[in-house]
Amino acid sequence: MVTKAQTAGEGKARTGTELVKRALPQMLKGGVIMDVVTADQAKIAEEAGAVAVMALERVPADIRAAGGVARMSDPELIIEIIEAVTIPVMAKVRIGHFVEAQILESIGVDCIDESEVLTPADEECHIDKRKFSIPFVCGARNLGEALRRIGEGAAMIRTKGEAGTGDVVEAVRHARSILGEIRRLSIMPAEERMTYAKEIGAPYELVCEVAESGRLPVVNFAAGGIATPADAALMMQLGVEGVFVGSGIFKSQDPAKRAAAIVRATTFYNDPQVLAEVSRNLGEPMFGRTARSLEPAESLATRGW
Amino acid sequence: MGMTIGVLALQGDFAEHAWMVGELGARAVEVRRAEELELVDALIIPGGESTTVARLTVGQSDRLFDAIIERAKEGMPVYGTCMGSIFLAREIEGSAQGRLALMDIKVRRNAFGPQRFSCERELAVPELGSEPFPAVFIRGPVIVSCGETVQVMASVPEGIVMARQGNLLVTAFHPEITDDTRVHRYFLSMVAEAGASKESRFPRARISVEALAGR
Repeated sequence: MVTKAQTAGEGKARTGTELVKRALPQMLKGGVIMDVVTADQAKIAEEAGAVAVMALERVPADIRAAGGVARMSDPELIIEIIEAVTIPVMAKVRIGHFVEAQILESIGVDCIDESEVLTPADEECHIDKRKFSIPFVCGARNLGEALRRIGEGAAMIRTKGEAGTGDVVEAVRHARSILGEIRRLSIMPAEERMTYAKEIGAPYELVCEVAESGRLPVVNFAAGGIATPADAALMMQLGVEGVFVGSGIFKSQDPAKRAAAIVRATTFYNDPQVLAEVSRNLGEPMFGRTARSLEPAESLATRGW
Repeated sequence: MGMTIGVLALQGDFAEHAWMVGELGARAVEVRRAEELELVDALIIPGGESTTVARLTVGQSDRLFDAIIERAKEGMPVYGTCMGSIFLAREIEGSAQGRLALMDIKVRRNAFGPQRFSCERELAVPELGSEPFPAVFIRGPVIVSCGETVQVMASVPEGIVMARQGNLLVTAFHPEITDDTRVHRYFLSMVAEAGASKESRFPRARISVEALAGR
């Protein structure tokens, strides 16, 4: 019994609504977003099971090594990557650089990372992300910072960690901070919320929303220093909803194998047997650098306000 | 209702589906392994990335991929949203990526373009009543063609966005992130029907796809 060709009675399409922007990261949950610097790397990432790629000219470890001013990547490179894969493509803009964001939006990037990994363009204000039709992800070290970014329109939060180090310690610190503060807020008497909002510098309405729901109103990933399948599973067990892996994949000895292993570890994060299996014979991880060895001026996590 | 709905929890917005199923009074369980599939009366394949879920299932030592195909062929109701509809499709335009190939539909991935064209819109779905459905499309696919036994339930100018073939239901949009529970209720009624048409407890009774499609 075929009832083909039903009504075409659909309403007008509404793009760029808050619901639509927050929904993209929801579909990425439980997945791994990988930094790539060429179309070939993007294909390797997609083949390995990445849910999205972050297109950039240099991975954070190389940005650190190169020094100088780090800016938005060449749109030509980003377009090549968009054309090479079917999964969503993200790209980074400097904190506060809304024109870089306008450019990325116009070339069809699926999500913008307003990132501390690049050199900030504005040391007081972040981008008004509500003005854009595509979602933004922003880094945060604590609940106040996360809620300020959400207040500005971010549709996704990630821990900052310490990008380009291969040292997971800062990502753990930031995840524990954000998730711990949410837990404390959810048992806090209602009359303490306004003072709390003032102390952490967060919008009061969002503080109340988190207190009542017990979670951020947007998806929360981990980023900054994740280099192994065990690192990814650690972040998932701490309570984040997915992971970004920057330098950790393509700075390792066998990127395709490591990428696939981190994807499986993110899905089966609670299963030590699978984690043991995927962690075997991966070759050398990225060499890395301890976050503690960074001079204060080298820390990227302190960028953002 | 006492039914147990599995939600494929490899990647994607499975938590939203589980929540909605729970709201409707059914039990939701996350399915990541073949043995977990044995505990459920039906399966929801959530939104997510189809290439990722293919990578996590096709050719893996766990039998989950084959087990889903086997159960679905035996009549277990399966509902796929967005990625789920791609994963269920017999054919994916221009792609040989791994898929269950259970439903006689051909899909076009990312049919609306990049995220800036993702949208919400009111969608007429006569099967769900006269009130339009608030459909949310996120880099969604459309069905470009389908077999004789596929019932088209809703369309937009870009193509078909909701369809049923016997025990298989797909939507290119995401009811699980809205407040409207009608699609999930419709699916639960399919599950109840499938259960009622069997003699014993759910698993393993055979229902022909054609018989259900003819209803």
